[in-house]
Amino acid sequence: MAILVNENTRVLVQGITGREGSRHTQYMLQYGTKILAGVTPGKGGQSVHGVPVFDTVEEALRKFPEINTSIIFVPAQFAADSVYEAIDAGIKLIVIITEHIPIHDTLRFVNYAKRRGVTIIGPNCPGVVSPLKSKVGILPNHIYTKSGPVGIVSRSGTLTYEISYHLTQAGIGQSTVVGVGGDPIVGTDMVEVIKMFEEDPETKYIVVIGEIGGTMEERVAQYIGSGKVTKPVVAYIAGRTAPPGKRMGHAGAIVSMGMGSYESKVRAFQEVNVPVARTPTEVVKLIKKLMP
Amino acid sequence: MQSHFNKYFVRLLEYKGKELLSKYGVKIPRGAVISRVEDVSVLSTFKFPLYAKAQVPFAGRAKMGLVRRVDTLKDAENAARDYLGRVVQDYPIRKVLFEEGVSVAKELYVSITLDRENRGYLMLASAEGGVDIEEIARRSPEKIIRLYIDDYEGLRDYMVRSVARKLGLEGTAAQDFVTVVKAMYRVFTEYDAELVEINPLALTTDGQLVAIDVKVMIDDNALYRHPDISVEDSDYTMEELEARKYGLHYVELTGYVGIMANGAGLTMATMDLVKEFGHEPADFLDIGGGASKDSVREGLKILLHDDRVKAVLINIFGGITRCDEVARGVVEALSEVKTNKPIFIRLKGTNEEEGRKILAEVGIKVYETAEEAMEALSKALRSMQG
Repeated sequence: MAILVNENTRVLVQGITGREGSRHTQYMLQYGTKILAGVTPGKGGQSVHGVPVFDTVEEALRKFPEINTSIIFVPAQFAADSVYEAIDAGIKLIVIITEHIPIHDTLRFVNYAKRRGVTIIGPNCPGVVSPLKSKVGILPNHIYTKSGPVGIVSRSGTLTYEISYHLTQAGIGQSTVVGVGGDPIVGTDMVEVIKMFEEDPETKYIVVIGEIGGTMEERVAQYIGSGKVTKPVVAYIAGRTAPPGKRMGHAGAIVSMGMGSYESKVRAFQEVNVPVARTPTEVVKLIKKLMP
Repeated sequence: MQSHFNKYFVRLLEYKGKELLSKYGVKIPRGAVISRVEDVSVLSTFKFPLYAKAQVPFAGRAKMGLVRRVDTLKDAENAARDYLGRVVQDYPIRKVLFEEGVSVAKELYVSITLDRENRGYLMLASAEGGVDIEEIARRSPEKIIRLYIDDYEGLRDYMVRSVARKLGLEGTAAQDFVTVVKAMYRVFTEYDAELVEINPLALTTDGQLVAIDVKVMIDDNALYRHPDISVEDSDYTMEELEARKYGLHYVELTGYVGIMANGAGLTMATMDLVKEFGHEPADFLDIGGGASKDSVREGLKILLHDDRVKAVLINIFGGITRCDEVARGVVEALSEVKTNKPIFIRLKGTNEEEGRKILAEVGIKVYETAEEAMEALSKALRSMQG
């Protein structure tokens, strides 16, 4: 098992001829991901690391109807268009790596995807990896060498690598690692990923990697408090020592009603008996404590 | 809500926000914005007294003496001379807005913002405007009216009419309120705003609705498609604009350990680690994802030129960022800036081996973990003191 991506994942890379698209196509292929096609408008007929390139998603799917997942590297100004193209072509899982997409664009395509039953991960995210099965993302290959019982959900790319690395070093494998993305609005939030982990038989423990700002971690704690999560959860929150932000919108503060600070997030987790690690490496110790 | 470690939205100066709202039909006080003292002559046709408002992108202006009443043209000139060029909270005052007074009967609050949790928009309104709205939200949240707006269906007149009733507005004022909110909604959606706020929205003694102060925050990532908005009209400071050219995100802190990392999360975790070892970070410097060697070089130069910085901690975990590129940037910075500040580097991830090789050639050791690098840095600081 695992969530979101597995050995049956068949990938389309949108923006495959760009610098990052091409580089990470190579890394994903090296990892063992089954990439069937790529798309860059105007570059149809070329190939990138042996992967055929098409002008449109429609053509790629006509040739490879088994494609079920798309990963997007298209630059921010054109990314929204690619997302709609993938949704309209019928792809059900879309991972958006691109950062700096205008938030009003994201809000609209995320809602459009929801109405059509499409799952979006990102934008501005490192993607998803189910170790030894498939990687749809930019997470470094050499960290994800062991599958196992820990599911990770994170808002931060680099912190995810950091914590996964320490887990793998300690001999603890992962079921699936999901970076939901760092933007204020994302396609799939942490609560939705935790629901998937709860249903996944391979996942026995859940690690939540958060950071200050927003209310996503508090909502995770509320959800755990509702009793719907039976698996033990460990959290880490970055930004303990950050001075309070000087650019918080008033209206934003009213909406969040005091949530968002380090203290608020830690308190929320402690109230539902979720231990919070003080450093990334302490996550490993907390997970070990839970293991038989 | 955002911390200033992940800047997504820029705050426009008051006059610019008013200009956008007025374009779509919101009434604003009669006024003029000037950027040179000699331009106060344009005020000669105005009805004094006027109010001089220094254009700074933060709250609490009145308390800082940045808003004042001027009774004559001479007064106005003095105010302009006093404000223009002054630097307040790192922000240089480039513009002063002069406005005629408004005879206020009642002050309202109204805003439209993003509802992140529900992935839509939210309108907030209160009959108690003019004061700190957060304070009202804490004390008596029932006094704030909330209206969810679906991004697909949009804002309908009846929704606004119903809010107007709850605010106690009647007759033409209620109709004008619909005009005001629809204009705010247009600015919000057309200008990629995160927040459009009018506080206070004055109901004047002759029954008009006038925007006295406004706050508009625009998505930084969407500025490219709004050529009529200049970064000069935003809250960017000179340092931030400089760093922005290289895709860096720099925030000055008060300590002495220079920090550079990739990604806001890891950079914050690195700050936390410095504190965990009993030391104080001098900065937050996030080189972002996929940084080029030029960005790394310029970022490191900021730290090396900073006299407060005694030692530097670089913490990189490369995904889209390549360790070899980071290493090249570090080597270039060190060849350009003579320094005796010790630098401790941790490199992991994409092209790690090549990065190590490049640094080894110039005799720089690479640590396996951030803790090990920080331990070595602590030791170096101790021996510097001893």
